[in-house]
Amino acid sequence: MNVAETPFDFATASYLTRIGNQSAGTLAELLTGLEHCSDASIFHHTFQTLGSHHFLTEGFSNDFAQWTLSSTNRNDLAEQLAALDIRDYTSIAALRTDLCCMVRDFCVAQSQVASQSGLERFYFCESVEVTVPLGHSARNLDEFRDGLTRVSHAAFYFHFISSRLRLQLQTNDFSHWLSSSLGLRTLAGSINHIDVYTNTLDSARAKMLRLIDRERKRV
Amino acid sequence: MSEVLMAASRIPLENYAEVVGAGEIEELRALAKPLRGRSIEMINSTAVGGGVAEILNRLVPLAEELDLSIRWDVMKGAEEFFDVTKSFHNALHGEPYQAKRKDFDIFLSYNEQNRATLPLDADFMVIHDPQPAALIDGRPPGSNHWVWRCHIDLSHPNRAVWEFLEKFVSRYDGAMFSSPEFSRQLPISQYLFYPAIDPLSEKNCPLDSEFVQQVLHRYQIDPQRPILTQISRFDRLKDPVGVIRAYRIVKRYFDCQLVLAGGSASDDPESALVLKEVVRAADRDPDIKILELPAWAPLEVNALQRASTVVVQKSLREGFGLTVSEALWKKKPVVASAVGGIPTQIIHKHTGLLAHSVEGTAYQIRFLLSHPEIAAKLGEHGHEHVKENFLITQKLKRYLALFLMLDRRI
Repeated sequence: MNVAETPFDFATASYLTRIGNQSAGTLAELLTGLEHCSDASIFHHTFQTLGSHHFLTEGFSNDFAQWTLSSTNRNDLAEQLAALDIRDYTSIAALRTDLCCMVRDFCVAQSQVASQSGLERFYFCESVEVTVPLGHSARNLDEFRDGLTRVSHAAFYFHFISSRLRLQLQTNDFSHWLSSSLGLRTLAGSINHIDVYTNTLDSARAKMLRLIDRERKRV
Repeated sequence: MSEVLMAASRIPLENYAEVVGAGEIEELRALAKPLRGRSIEMINSTAVGGGVAEILNRLVPLAEELDLSIRWDVMKGAEEFFDVTKSFHNALHGEPYQAKRKDFDIFLSYNEQNRATLPLDADFMVIHDPQPAALIDGRPPGSNHWVWRCHIDLSHPNRAVWEFLEKFVSRYDGAMFSSPEFSRQLPISQYLFYPAIDPLSEKNCPLDSEFVQQVLHRYQIDPQRPILTQISRFDRLKDPVGVIRAYRIVKRYFDCQLVLAGGSASDDPESALVLKEVVRAADRDPDIKILELPAWAPLEVNALQRASTVVVQKSLREGFGLTVSEALWKKKPVVASAVGGIPTQIIHKHTGLLAHSVEGTAYQIRFLLSHPEIAAKLGEHGHEHVKENFLITQKLKRYLALFLMLDRRI
């Protein structure tokens, strides 16, 4: 079994939600908010929501899409916003550009709808990430598997989802380490392809464990 | 004058692992580790009764189990102080109030007296609600962190009372609110801190089905027919008469029963008045059960929620509405008004259904009774939502993250 020179250090992140000063009552105001809110706010309503609502595997992918559907009843725009896949982005700037583009196009095409008040207001918030080491690490696949079974949802989310922004790569902490430190590129790729939108964090972890077990049988 | 409080009931932290998973407990320990040796002081204005005391009673012992040096002090005050703070409380909720100089003087005088006796020297000072807000005047120069936890809705406050309080609140390092809607424009950071339920408390712990059946039998509720339930005080803002109107619409389509259960109205004249209105609206319908439960009888509330087919929370205004989380935790489909903190708990069509009127409430109940498979799915998702966001262990985690953030000045 391969032994890594650099261990995988399991860590966890806790997220505080900071309430911003912007809110939106219409789609036009949502656009203004999207254009001017902080990067931490875009992260909160897209990446972080995926962690806090991971148990919803149908029709919920980010706060903007959910608000557009439930408060303004615009299924067409909501569908477009929900189809955004955070795995396609390695920067918040690019994600913001696409979000703004969708909402702007809709507001231009349907200017009357854009100024209609929604049922509830949308409040822009930000995530403040606090990370701490969990105190256990892995140097081989067995230790890695063991660590993976032990960690909380927050730790799993931190390594599997939010890491994409930190790494500025289209990968995650787990795949990155498996590939770069253990040379398990196929396994790393398979793990990276697990769909975070149609899986809960638990089912994603279960799939990951099955892939690891298959790899352990192979070697 | 201060009183260090001992927790009324202790449930070992490890017991929560069965509910939230061992990984969550490990994570709490990891977050607490860098805070060992640092001190925390929580201050509120009541040791018993009310949601804040209930939460602190659970939170403080759990924090102690993480080897944190935490104390909980209750500020002292005479009747005149609590009369004033009750007026302030109502005024901050938007009720009419004629500001009087004397009231502000009384408020300041009791805060000053408490400043003289409370230690106020912990590394992290957490001040709950408006009553002790002016303790910030006793902040020692330059060292510890002060945060203000506001449990009430400040979206439409009385201007004079808020302007008076704002001078104190603005000097804290941060403020925490239960919903973004409740926050104010302030020069300090504001954070979202949800209230929480304890999954191992009598109100939420698992129950034997036999006990649930006994409770139904005691109140002559038929377990074979759909049961709609609203658990709340007999208060106009909870709109119990509106619930009866919604039930009557549903009754045209389903042979259902309605349970309206809340605390005894004997010591609250307004509540007694509302109860009379509810009894009148029920018009001796044998399928409407109006239950006055002694001191909220937590096990009975638990049983009634578990026996329900649909739980309703048709409030006209609401703080956070933790009864919604209680029902979701029990995997019950919930139909609730989109007010206060309820939309945070009910993500429409995902963890429950929101309504904006009597007719809307009735329609959503009918929909759930017609589609039990959808009702079950909403209940499952609701349970997960509470597990992820509204349990006492999550609340503790949020506090730990806040203290770490303040310490590191992130």
